[in-house]
Amino acid sequence: MNQTIIITIVSLSGLGAVAAMILYVVARQFRVETDPRIDEIEEVLPATNCGGCGQPGCRAFAEALAQAVDISDMHCPVGGNDVMKQVGQILGVEVKEKDPYIAVVKCSGSFEHRKKTNVYDGAPNCTVASMLYGGDTGCAYGCVGLGECVDACDFEAMYMDEKTGLPVVIEDKCTACNACVKACPKDIMELWPRGRKNRRIFVACINEEKGGIAKKYCSVACTGCEKCVDVCRYDSVVVENNLAIIDPEKCKLCKDCVEVCPSKVIDMVNFPPKKDRPPRKDRPDRKLARTKAETVGAEASGAEAGGVATAVKNEQTKATGTDTVEAKNTNSPVSESETGNPQDQPSGRSEPKPVARTEKQDSDQEDKKDNSSEKENKA
Amino acid sequence: MFMFIFNKLKTFPKGGIHPPEVKISAEKPIERIPLPANIKVPIAQHIGVPATPVVERGGLVKTGQVIAKTAGFVSANIHAPASGKVAKISEELDVSGYRRTTIMIRVNKEEEWAEGIDTTDELRSEISLTREQILEKILEGGIVGMGGATFPSHVKLNVPRGKKADVLIINGVECEPYLTSDHQLMLEKSEELMVGVRILMKALDVKKAIIGIENNKKDAIDKLSLIAEKYDDISVDALKVQYPQGGEKQLIKALINREVPSGKLPIDVGTVVHNVGTTYAVYEAVQKNKPLIERVITVTGKSVKNPGNFIARIGTPVSALIDAAGGLPEDTGKVLSGGPMMGKALNDLGIPVTKGTSGILILPEKESARSKSKVCIRCSKCINVCPMGLEPFYLMTTIQRGMYDEAEQNRILDCIECGSCAYICPSNRELLDYIRLGKATVSNLIRERQSA
Repeated sequence: MNQTIIITIVSLSGLGAVAAMILYVVARQFRVETDPRIDEIEEVLPATNCGGCGQPGCRAFAEALAQAVDISDMHCPVGGNDVMKQVGQILGVEVKEKDPYIAVVKCSGSFEHRKKTNVYDGAPNCTVASMLYGGDTGCAYGCVGLGECVDACDFEAMYMDEKTGLPVVIEDKCTACNACVKACPKDIMELWPRGRKNRRIFVACINEEKGGIAKKYCSVACTGCEKCVDVCRYDSVVVENNLAIIDPEKCKLCKDCVEVCPSKVIDMVNFPPKKDRPPRKDRPDRKLARTKAETVGAEASGAEAGGVATAVKNEQTKATGTDTVEAKNTNSPVSESETGNPQDQPSGRSEPKPVARTEKQDSDQEDKKDNSSEKENKA
Repeated sequence: MFMFIFNKLKTFPKGGIHPPEVKISAEKPIERIPLPANIKVPIAQHIGVPATPVVERGGLVKTGQVIAKTAGFVSANIHAPASGKVAKISEELDVSGYRRTTIMIRVNKEEEWAEGIDTTDELRSEISLTREQILEKILEGGIVGMGGATFPSHVKLNVPRGKKADVLIINGVECEPYLTSDHQLMLEKSEELMVGVRILMKALDVKKAIIGIENNKKDAIDKLSLIAEKYDDISVDALKVQYPQGGEKQLIKALINREVPSGKLPIDVGTVVHNVGTTYAVYEAVQKNKPLIERVITVTGKSVKNPGNFIARIGTPVSALIDAAGGLPEDTGKVLSGGPMMGKALNDLGIPVTKGTSGILILPEKESARSKSKVCIRCSKCINVCPMGLEPFYLMTTIQRGMYDEAEQNRILDCIECGSCAYICPSNRELLDYIRLGKATVSNLIRERQSA
């Protein structure tokens, strides 16, 4: 009995040893040489396998990075600049910083603005629904509202707003992986630069119908009226096929187009709440106001006018100096210095002139109050 | 009783269903719809390249005059369905639900026909034209397949080099429930139809023609058989009632027992199929020089006051047809263009009738709503009823998961979209919705692959 056990143990261990040796030799002989940097890069990558880089998963991206001669076009949208910097260190190359992007919803046609024209009770899938009359509203361009983008999102960064019927992107969670852009059959989702201080202005409509037809089915459709083109001082808006398109690289976030848009279809995100201000055309012409102000300023050396001016000036410097929440006052000086052509645009925004400013003073102060309360809330 | 077993009617062997027939409007004589005040003629009424408009705004047109010319081999002429003034040429909603270029005509009270069109009802049975002249007339007349697919007929009749048709099949099946327009046409225009069959035979140079009719239209079978007795080469075959027998491939299998291989056309097995409506249009175009400007349309529905068969000019708004049938019932849920199986719900009643509109079906609300979709219970009913031998549940899954290669390998493009799978599914799954999506995606992928 004992003998049987001993024989079994010995023979099996022998067999195991032989197999191990064969495996060892084979593993040595036929070893596949891999670039050790691939593993290192994979370690750094976020391991979400979202495909946002254009490769099927993080491992494939790591391989592509290791093999690539020039990695300037390759970017991990989830990891962002930090990860790409580390990748650059591993590969020993300099990686240029890229502006972070975010997905935006380019449709404003909520239930309230865009009435249903027919009843769709087929498969709950945007692409299927859009094949039938382009969705259940009269607008063949707008959001179908069945949430294919939400399903496509791997980061739980989107949800369908039940009140509006439109998808909403959660800013903190969106990694700009492009999944929703690919999923949307209507091309409503688009990656947009997050923008300075996370603020951005874009046209939330992609309707290329003529104004009348577009407006008939959706009260917030872009009609291609070109008012935004006329008002834009930076040539950042163009109208193509009855649709306004903002170039995010040229846009200086001045909000002029937002105010002038008759359909209220230009969305601005993360700006401080808007105050009751007279619309742009009702405000005094700035050039006129300035010349007036100069004369007034020269004449009125009285304490009252001068006092107001300095008060405003003080606040102004404070705003441009430290405060990060207030972009409204910081916007104008930066943009003007960048364009560098003071004759084309109404100057005098950065230097407050007594009369021109006193009119705006109230609202500015209110703005500030609001901002401070906002800060408190955040804290 | 035993005779029944021996006289077993022909049908296609694979799959198929038998939905309730509900042919309410059967044997209602064809009524003519009065000319509407305005007519909208879309330039894309057929499969292929849309026609190019040749009239301008403000121009006067006569009935039967060409208003849009063919713009390619697979394309068809479009003629003015009524005389009047071209009010405008603009983008209008059509039956596809999208805005397409449409020619609007303000109709004159006094109808004025273009020259050379015989508008009488007189039968002309002498076929004097040569084969080439017949083909020319069919091309000129803008004839397209009127069973619903609207494939330009002259393309089918121009047999490619190296292929030869030996039998012509005339499709009088009308397997869709509710629809009766072909049935009524066969009853009222039987002599004309027979001339049309002979014209098509001459155009194709075939020695044999078979008219396939489902056995629920016994009067049409009897009437056509009686006339067909005069000719040795035309026969009428009764078929077992089975949906989708009107599908080209199913009908070929049922009548002459030939199977069209996957991705091939009927001409590859030596046959050409034409619908009875098309045949009648061919008769009119060739013998009477009358282009395709009107068609027979069934307007029906369980709660419709006066369901019937109407002859309407192309471009007549759907609402005019519904008015003729007694108006829109109060319990209307959906208005379909076409039959209940393959028809498409309309989202606007101002949409004009086109060359492919075979019926307007008004479904009551309680019948029109879809039931909620539940999980697949693997009962395999969809596989059993699929006339093309596909696996609908599997195709749906592949499409939902984006496995387009797998769908292509499982011959998704063979699907004829008959809807039998969705009809039979006990879980009310949206099988056809996803398969349609898959077909569109897969054919796009194939096109990309070919162009790359």
